[in-house]
Amino acid sequence: MGLEETVGQSALTTKIDAVLNWGRKNSLWPLPFGTACCAIEFMGVVASPFDISRFGAEVVRFSPRQSDLLMVAGTITHKQAVILKRIYHQMAEPKWVLAMGACASAGAFYDNYCTLQGIDQIIPVDVYIPGCPPRPEAVLHAVVELQKRIQNGEKPKGMQGAA
Amino acid sequence: MSTSDRIGRFLREMGEALEAEHNPYGEKSFRVAPEQIRPVLEKLRRDYGFDLLLDITAIDKIELGKAGEPRFDVIYNLRPHDTGDRIRLKTSVPESDPALPSVQDLWKTANWCERETWDQYGIRFKGHPNLKRILNHKDFVGHPLRKDYDIKKQQWLSEADDLMDEMEKKRKRTSDALSKETLFVNLGPSHPAFHGAIRILAELDGETIRNSVSEIGYLHRGFEKSAEKGTYTHVIPYTDRLNYLSSVSNNVAYCMQVEHMLDVEVPRRTQVIRVILSELARIMDHMVCIGAALVDLGALTNFWFLFNEREKIYDVIEALCGARLTHCYIRIGGLAHDLHDGFEAGVRALLQSIPETMTDVQNLVGRNRIFLDRVIGVGVISKEDAISYGFTGPCLRACGIPHDLRKDEPYYGYEEYDWDVVIGENGDTYDRLWVRFEEVNQSVRIIEQALSSMPGGPVNVDDKRITLPPKDAVHGNIEALMNHFMLIMNGVAPPAGDSYRAVEAPNGELGFLIVSDGSPKPYKIKVRPPCFMIFSAFDEMIEGGMVQDAIATLGSLNVVAGELDR
Repeated sequence: MGLEETVGQSALTTKIDAVLNWGRKNSLWPLPFGTACCAIEFMGVVASPFDISRFGAEVVRFSPRQSDLLMVAGTITHKQAVILKRIYHQMAEPKWVLAMGACASAGAFYDNYCTLQGIDQIIPVDVYIPGCPPRPEAVLHAVVELQKRIQNGEKPKGMQGAA
Repeated sequence: MSTSDRIGRFLREMGEALEAEHNPYGEKSFRVAPEQIRPVLEKLRRDYGFDLLLDITAIDKIELGKAGEPRFDVIYNLRPHDTGDRIRLKTSVPESDPALPSVQDLWKTANWCERETWDQYGIRFKGHPNLKRILNHKDFVGHPLRKDYDIKKQQWLSEADDLMDEMEKKRKRTSDALSKETLFVNLGPSHPAFHGAIRILAELDGETIRNSVSEIGYLHRGFEKSAEKGTYTHVIPYTDRLNYLSSVSNNVAYCMQVEHMLDVEVPRRTQVIRVILSELARIMDHMVCIGAALVDLGALTNFWFLFNEREKIYDVIEALCGARLTHCYIRIGGLAHDLHDGFEAGVRALLQSIPETMTDVQNLVGRNRIFLDRVIGVGVISKEDAISYGFTGPCLRACGIPHDLRKDEPYYGYEEYDWDVVIGENGDTYDRLWVRFEEVNQSVRIIEQALSSMPGGPVNVDDKRITLPPKDAVHGNIEALMNHFMLIMNGVAPPAGDSYRAVEAPNGELGFLIVSDGSPKPYKIKVRPPCFMIFSAFDEMIEGGMVQDAIATLGSLNVVAGELDR
């Protein structure tokens, strides 16, 4: 039954979705929305000792149209929040969001008049990375975690409601 | 003119307008009537050489219990650019009509300082050309640093400011400007060269920037308000996140200030350790500045070189305190703990590798035609303008002014080390970057000497009011337990009054103005962030140049958003 009977062992058969997901997972293009201290650690993640390119995610793009992974690295204030929301909506689907660090995840110890208490108040977040700032290994862990979900065919948070 | 001369002469001439204020810390602070403040400031600027306006801020005195007095004090913090003759002027304004004359025509930096004071305290400055919010967003209602503004009262913004009001004002300066067809472009806040949190609106004629308006405040995360809510010790982790490229420098500046207010001096060993860590922080800061500036110019290789070296410094600091970036290692009265055994060997290895890396990078760019063409003669600022804008640190030294607080107001024994102040000549982007390259080498010299002269002994002051008792004593006797409890719950309480001291941070003069009401909570803390003043000159520096020059200029200024917006 199926394609294997016709082509035998000469070709590898798979589902088109699996191929797409495999491709997506290994070529995430991050948009580093770096605002604060975490952005400096993100530079560390990109630099050679940790080297995010080992996970296929080194093509950093500052244009939302060209990227599918929004890495929010740093404190988001109310002044910044409108910009962040616009950037998120400018990205093409499927798109994933990483909240790097305590500020992006929950506002951290900036529990005050100007700081957004976590970016999930305005955009859906797929993976949260704890730490102030998180170590580069933690960021890589989050990328790997995201890759697993993509390979399994899980939809990004932002698309789950729509389906 | 020596210190006593200058201030003595000023007192003789202006004595009637001034009321010397008792300052428990022996700092020169005078009270001036509101209608006298402008004439007095004008005199100071024109006749006495106080050409560097460090900061303008206010105090909301409502909780100080001084009934009958006007609600706000406005403080002007000044010094001549080349000496340590510091002076502070204070004037009172009532809540009903909080207004003062603007001094933005005397010092260019006053423009932004006054905007910030308006934004945070609601004090108006008459004659200011553009008195609008600077740190908070345009829809914000109220003034957050007033004591009656609830720290948790958040306000949402629905749409970013289009900045066209400021732009139209600027365009009207030249009559032909409105007739020409131009293009408006936003650079930032999400832009690779604008590092996340800075925005300019540029009016372009082809690729030339005719007018530019900058907007900051995207990373205003309420440092000053947050600092008022806990004890003095609680502020230390917040200071880490001001200039996060060199957190130790901020820790040191803050703790040194509080120690000064408590009238204690940390042991010699601690001083030497603080010097070593501050210089390592300076090296790390300059590395990121140079690395990021070169990336923006398209020279990516240098970034890898510099970040590899930075990782080596991280390793040493991580072994010391467990954190890579935000160290929080300095404590009021000393350090969190003494050095670990491998520290000296680790730093000695760094002293070998850092100069090698810097030489590699200098070899890559030093004779590179593309690099030189893009930085020489670009983003020039004159000495006079630099001082008027409140420049300090490498950006001021790049203009050829050899001022460095480590030499001019030495602290922690900097005067005993043999090192040179690095200066530039033209105040252009090339000079600013090259001053930083050379300062790294000077920092290496300082660290070498400091390591060799490291004394033994304790790292914390022997004072029960300040230093936590050893853990075994806390677990062993009731007195130490009580002492520990009191220090954790209350901490230190400097005498009532206000004090300002500064250190030479990697970006320039970083100072903390702390107002104490005698209680264990700081009444007010105002940072004097060097890059806030430096960035206020940015529009003027890039107007008339090309877009690509703006990118190169910004990279060389090392604007760190955490410090810029606080």
